[in-house]
Order: sequence, then C-alpha cells, then structure tokens
Amino acid sequence: MKSLKDLEAIREKAKQMTGIREGKAQTKIIVGMGTCGIAAGARDTMKVILDELGKRNLTDVTVTQTGCLGLCEQEPIVEVEIPDQPRIIYGKVSAERARQIIANHIVNGNMIGEWVIGRK
Amino acid sequence: MPIYRSHVLVCGGTPCVLKGAKTLKDLLNKELNRYNLADEIRVVETGCLGPCDEGPVIVVYPEGTMYSRLQPSDIPRIVQSHLLKGRILQELVYQAPWSPPSAQEVPLEQEKYLGLQKRVVLRNCGRIDPDSIDEYIANDGYQALGKAVTTLRPDEVIEMVKEAKLLGRGGAGFPTGLKWSFTAKIDADQKYIICNADEGEPGTFKDRLIMEGDPHGIIEGMAIAGYAVGANQGIIYIRGEYALSIERMKRAIEQATAYGLLGERIFGSDFNFTIQVRSGAGAYVCGEETALIESLEGNRGEPRVKPPYPGVAGLWGKPTVVNNVETLANVPPIILNGPEWFRRIGTEKCPGTKVFTMLGDINNQGLIEVPMGITLREIVYGVGGGIPGGKGFKMAQTGGTSGGCLPAEFLDLPMDYDTLAKAGSALGSGAMLIIDDSHCVVDLLKSFMKFFVHESCGRCTPCREGTMRLYEIIQALAEGTATMADFRLLKELSATMQLTALCGLGQSAPNSLLTCMEYFADEFQAHLNGRCPTGTCKNITVKSDAV
Repeated sequence: MKSLKDLEAIREKAKQMTGIREGKAQTKIIVGMGTCGIAAGARDTMKVILDELGKRNLTDVTVTQTGCLGLCEQEPIVEVEIPDQPRIIYGKVSAERARQIIANHIVNGNMIGEWVIGRK
Repeated sequence: MPIYRSHVLVCGGTPCVLKGAKTLKDLLNKELNRYNLADEIRVVETGCLGPCDEGPVIVVYPEGTMYSRLQPSDIPRIVQSHLLKGRILQELVYQAPWSPPSAQEVPLEQEKYLGLQKRVVLRNCGRIDPDSIDEYIANDGYQALGKAVTTLRPDEVIEMVKEAKLLGRGGAGFPTGLKWSFTAKIDADQKYIICNADEGEPGTFKDRLIMEGDPHGIIEGMAIAGYAVGANQGIIYIRGEYALSIERMKRAIEQATAYGLLGERIFGSDFNFTIQVRSGAGAYVCGEETALIESLEGNRGEPRVKPPYPGVAGLWGKPTVVNNVETLANVPPIILNGPEWFRRIGTEKCPGTKVFTMLGDINNQGLIEVPMGITLREIVYGVGGGIPGGKGFKMAQTGGTSGGCLPAEFLDLPMDYDTLAKAGSALGSGAMLIIDDSHCVVDLLKSFMKFFVHESCGRCTPCREGTMRLYEIIQALAEGTATMADFRLLKELSATMQLTALCGLGQSAPNSLLTCMEYFADEFQAHLNGRCPTGTCKNITVKSDAV
C-alpha cells in the first residue's frame, strides 16, 4: 500500500463485508422458513438468492427468514420489501424464479406480476 | 465476494472466553454445518461486547439480537430457531437492566445495551473481527494515519491533539499533546514511542479488552504518535498474563506490516515506523513508566528518579513518549474527525470519553465507555443497573486499588480528572469497584493494603516500610487492638508516603485509606472501640476500657 487511494480501495471492498452489521440496508428479502417452506425447497431458494446477490455484489440487500405465513401450498414464499413501495409477496419461488426475481425486481425494479400472491 | 445473510458475532473477550465462548463458537460452526448453513452465515469472533457478567454473549446480525448467559445446549436451539427459521429466541435475549424487556421495540439489542454510553475508543470493539485488518479498514481504519502523514506536518498533528485537550488515560491525566511536544522539539538520532499496556491495577481490564477487541486502533495511534514526535520505533509493553492481547497485537502488527502500514515509507512518505511487542513478567510497579523502561532495558523493574522524564531521556537514554493504550486509541478518531468533534464529547476541561471497568456489587459488571463528566449515580444506577440484592450503596472505589473511595454523598459528582482529584480520589485507570453496605471499611482496607505490601518494589523506604506499617495498623484495627495513637500514626504515615515515595505506587497507596478515614470516620471509631458495625471483623476483641 503506497497511497490513500490504495487504502480507499481496500476500504470499499471490505465495507461490503461488514455492511450487514450497520443496520442500514435498504431492501429486504424475506424467505418463509416454516416447516412447510423448508419442505417445499425454501433452503435452495435461499441459497440461490444469496448466490445471486453475491454475483451481482448487491451488498445493501438484507436477507432474512420468517415463519409460516399460512399459505403453505404457495411455499416457498419470498417477500420483497423496497422502501416506499408496497411489500410484494411471491409464491412458489423455485430456484429459477428466485434468480429472475433478483434480476427483474431487485435490480431493475420490475415486479413479476404473474408470481405475486399478495401485497401489503 | 460471497454474501452472508447473517453474521454471528461471538464475544472473544477474555471474560467470555473463560465462560466457554470458544466451545460455543466451535459448537456454532458444527451446528451450522449440520444444517448446511455455513455458506450463508458467517461466524466472527470479536472483542469484548461489554456485558461481561452476562457472558458468554453473541450478537446476531442483521437483527442485532444479543443473546447472553449462553450454555452449550442453547446453541442448537439458536441455530434451529433463529438462524434456520428466523425466529428470535426471546427467552435467551439479553435484557438490559434499565429498559423494558421488549425485543420488538428496539430492533438492535446492542443499541439498547449501549444506552448512556458513547463509544469512541470502543468504536470497533465487539463490532469487527480483531484478527481482520480489512474489517478495521472498512470502519475508516488507517485513514487518520494516512491523513496525518500525507497532509499534515508533525507539529500540526501535535497541535490537533493539544486542541482536543486529550488527557492521558492511564491514570495521571497529563495532557497528551503537551507530552508529545516535549519530545518532538528535542533533536535526537533515535526516539521511541512506548505503549504502556502493563495494566496491573486490580479490577482494571479495559486495556486488555481494547487490545483484544481493536488492536489496529492502538497500532494506528502509535504510528501517528511516532510521526508527530519523530520516532521510528514503537514498543508495546503488554502485561505477561495477557496472552490473548499479546497474540492479537502481534498478529495485527504482522498484518499492518504486510499492507505497508508499518515499515518504511508509509503511504509513500518519508515516514518509517515499526512496532515490537514486549511482555511484562508480572510486577505491578512496571506499569510505572520509568520502571517499565528499566524492565525493557533488561533491568530489575524499579522506578527511576524523575527528572529527567522519559520524554527527554527514556529508553536507552533516548527521548521516549510513554502513552497508555486507551490514550493512543483515542488519537486516530481525533485526527480523523478533528479536535472540535472530540471537544463536543465530555466536559470542557476533560473532553472525550472514559472507558470504565465496573465490578463489585453491581448488576451489570463489565466494560463501558461513557462521556467524561457523567455522574457516579448515572454509572451505578444507569449503565450499571444498580446494586443487587436490594442492598444500599456504600462507596465506589474509582481508579483501582490506588484510587480513593467515594461515599454516597458523592453520587452526583461528575466523573472527570479534576473533580475526582478534588474529592481525594482519582479517575485513574478506570476501574470502578462498587461496594454495598454489607462490607466493612477496615476489612476492605486490609485487603487493599496487603496488595501494596506485596507489590512495593522495595527501592524507596517510604513505600517499602510504609506499606507494611499501614497494613499492620489496619490489621490491628480489625482485631480491635489499635489505639488512638495508631490511628494518628496512620494519617502521618500516609502523608509522608504521599510526599516522599519515589513513584506513583507509594504515593497513591494511602489514597483509599485517607478517603475512608475522612468519609467513614465513625466506622474507624467503632473499631477503635472494639466493635465492627457490619460484623465482618470476626476476631475483633472488645477492650475493657471501651465498653
């Protein structure tokens, strides 16, 4: 390291790693992890979401889980919460659907209407 | 870069490690593997999170949920419920003693714990992995050093520290900027920066937890000090018992050297700086700066006659700045945020924060950092959560065993260097021993004095003899055999020691005694009459003429 610029570069990179502890993340993805969700494959959905966020370097997105919403037949259920927008709930989110939700909804802001099962 | 949806911070401070934090961490990793969660959840060992008495403690992000008093059997439950299914295990969540127990209202449990606290020195403690220089850099680490060596002249750095009115946090409260300026203006072929981490004051463990939690903060502070005074070598003298501190400091130095943040031509400037770690061998007196230097030179740890002060002729006779761990950890934020920012915290004369270690009869034992000038009441009944068992506050000993004792009428006293000195005590090292009303003053003093008898290095007579005689008289008081003449002798002897002992050890040894004699005169009188009001001194014998 020979300049402040080098330090800045390391900082920016490292910040992505610790950002989760700041509580400042804007967008939230919530995966239903009740027994029903897990049985329907929510664990794979979760892995894919994390993988996709990692590939795209989307470090300001928080991924959490929740329990059963009461719509077990729609599991795996994924909720997307973007500030100042209604919360969108997707049903039957397979690994493939999860990738598309990240690409269309999280990155480009286009909700995928046909998979939406509710909004709050 | 892999994205983790959750970070679990396991407190790796010594108190938590002693309570089994390492086992919990291993178990946590095992459980995460079992549920195939290892690539989603990152386990990070951090420095002290603060509530040591509530240990072992972990914090789960992004929720910021703090779990306390964990048993190994709790780990599978946390993994299954919180980490797998996203359900917070309420019954294990840390309950701050002063706020309503509701995890929903305040999302970040850690914020709730902090309460009245203000974290400057401990800004990274319990938030980053101390073994990762990258995490330190992510939180603005080494920015201050970069700013100093590339944009500021050494005298400007000193001026900033002076303007910030940073007072030495080792105990004496000497202005740091002034200390640096003495050494800076001397022309010498070699100067040294010594970080005094020989924290021997009973009840004090702040420096240990700072080193364990944020070792790079100290390295950065030392390098800035080196740049300011023109020193190119730093030595950190760590108490030998602090194995984890030594290990973490050494690792941090290696990492900083690998990044070129220590070594030659730092940030492309002409400034070179290296740091070595030296460990003490268990003598309390080596926390005194000149004794520490003697020890570094390979001699018996005994204080030197001052002057000359180390700033002029220290290690190997060269100008040497000796600063405490906490003092140095304050330097990077001052350089980065400016002296005005620092002066906005704390009081006018004593800006900034103070790290305290709270122990004794208090609910929330552990490490806290509060603004200077906070009252004793706020510490004891606010951050400290009050006194357990419904007992009353008898006194607080501030500054460790060499500090004075303050009774209840001083509860509203602001905690800063000046005010405490006027009350006959000292802010000192930041140990805060809270004592409830079931304890006997004489009995306490007996153990305090015994400590000094043990630790006096023996070089000067007032301390070598004085500490022993003080102990003998207190012992006599506890047995009811002391006379009024002995009582007067205590005062005379104490005054002599304060005036004539060679170093701080002998000069401060009578502090607790003198304050207790003033504030708890009745109890001394009772012991002179052969009676112990609390019934602690069991061997006390009633003198025939007294009853």
